[in-house]
Amino acid sequence: MSDVKERIDQLVKDNDVVLFMKGSKLFPQCGFSSRAVAILDRSNVEFETVDVLQDQEIRQGIKEYSDWPTIPQLYVKGEFVGGSDIMMEMFESGELQALLSVEKA
Amino acid sequence: MSDKPNGPVASEMIRRLTEALEPTRMHLDDQSDHHIGHAGHDGRGESHFALTIESAAFEGRNRIERQRLVYRALGELLDEQVHALSIRALAPGEA
Repeated sequence: MSDVKERIDQLVKDNDVVLFMKGSKLFPQCGFSSRAVAILDRSNVEFETVDVLQDQEIRQGIKEYSDWPTIPQLYVKGEFVGGSDIMMEMFESGELQALLSVEKA
Repeated sequence: MSDKPNGPVASEMIRRLTEALEPTRMHLDDQSDHHIGHAGHDGRGESHFALTIESAAFEGRNRIERQRLVYRALGELLDEQVHALSIRALAPGEA
């Protein structure tokens, strides 16, 4: 396993809910990252964020990690959930809240 | 197919998606004008798109697999041309 893959693995395992995004929670640097943060805020869940703009290695590595070429990316309990379109669809159907509340318990 | 944006990037996206996924319905909306002046808009336009695509290829596949099929069909266009793409991928009969 490459170094970057190990680092990502660790982030995903250490945090039940982690969002890889552009910018920070307070200052998202892209519309999709901003939307992803808003969805998690609305879901009343604690979550960590990783700003890929601060780390070129992770910015590239995360795309290979999940075979997913875009950012943001949400992981819950080590599992890749999707990007902001999927988060929005799952939020609107209630699936995301269900997934997150199960993980909280 | 409800509309066809005229730009070369949009045309190429539609060509690749049509070839790979044989969509029964497709709508590609070029929203680049909404993003003039912020990061990712290089001034040429054709950078921000919203895609709705219906294809039998999505049947029995989850959301992640569906979007991966779209991403694969678009290939390097996504890295090099398209800064932002919002995707709704439906199987026939889904709302």
